[in-house]
Amino acid sequence: MDDPLLIGGEAFSSRLIMGTGGAPSLDVLGRALAASGAELTTVAIRRVDPAATGSVLDLLKDLGIRVLPNTAGCFTAAEAVRTARLAREALGTAWVKLEVIADERTLLPDPLELLTAAEQLVGDGFTVLPYTNDDPVLARRLEQAGCAAVMPLGSPIGSGLGIRNPHNIELIVDAAGVPVILDAGIGTASDTTIAMELGCAGVLLATSVTRARSPELMAEAMRLAVSAGRLARRAGRVPVRKLALASSPPAD
Amino acid sequence: MEIVVNGKPRRAAADVSLAQAVAMLTDAETGIAAAVNGDVIRRAAWEATRLSDGDEVEVLTAVQGG
Repeated sequence: MDDPLLIGGEAFSSRLIMGTGGAPSLDVLGRALAASGAELTTVAIRRVDPAATGSVLDLLKDLGIRVLPNTAGCFTAAEAVRTARLAREALGTAWVKLEVIADERTLLPDPLELLTAAEQLVGDGFTVLPYTNDDPVLARRLEQAGCAAVMPLGSPIGSGLGIRNPHNIELIVDAAGVPVILDAGIGTASDTTIAMELGCAGVLLATSVTRARSPELMAEAMRLAVSAGRLARRAGRVPVRKLALASSPPAD
Repeated sequence: MEIVVNGKPRRAAADVSLAQAVAMLTDAETGIAAAVNGDVIRRAAWEATRLSDGDEVEVLTAVQGG
């Protein structure tokens, strides 16, 4: 595997992690996931609905995509820890995308509850991937708590505002010893490429694909955007200059 | 007696097991987790777990999200 993404001792060839929320149907979701090349996909944990038809788990099994349960909808560390344990029981995975949000209006992470939950889940043997603010200090504390990655937001969930504070994302990347995965706020392919150029190890997105006019096309765009940004990062961009630097030899 | 399953009150026999309560909602063999009064119960213990009057049972699964 060339240039794998390593999380918690496991290797992934795709650096794009997809969410499954927002798709108009399982059929559309399935085609988008296939086009994205994602090997890891988030799901939420909710009450069983006896009237539900079709199962996202069956779809992911058919596609051979690994499930990453999240704790979406939790406002406290206690709720998030309980949801992670339920997910481990239901899905047989100790991996969790940890979300502890502060309020419905912004869906921004509550940093104190998030860190508390991360510490408890790491102690309980979970591989914790926390959705966090774009705060370099909080990212460092989450890494110190034993998280397998840190996943700062570019902007609020579902906003499509892109990366509002690229400088902070760079600071997080520069300091982190675990993969930094840009999570939330991606609007279109160029946002994804910027995240990778800033040095993120991967991108997690859902809305920008699942609510696009053509989810399948946007999923392919995101797959290519992750690759383009990653290659550019590895290639090393030229320095920005204030004046021209001729690319042709001087005239004779 | 009466138990509460996923927020809805339900009549149940006095010796009802957690496995029977889960079966009220789903026959799925995998992908399901259950909690009684907030405590997660491993699937292997569902048959042996007897419910009491007023117990609150949560039966959960994975759905699209995130």
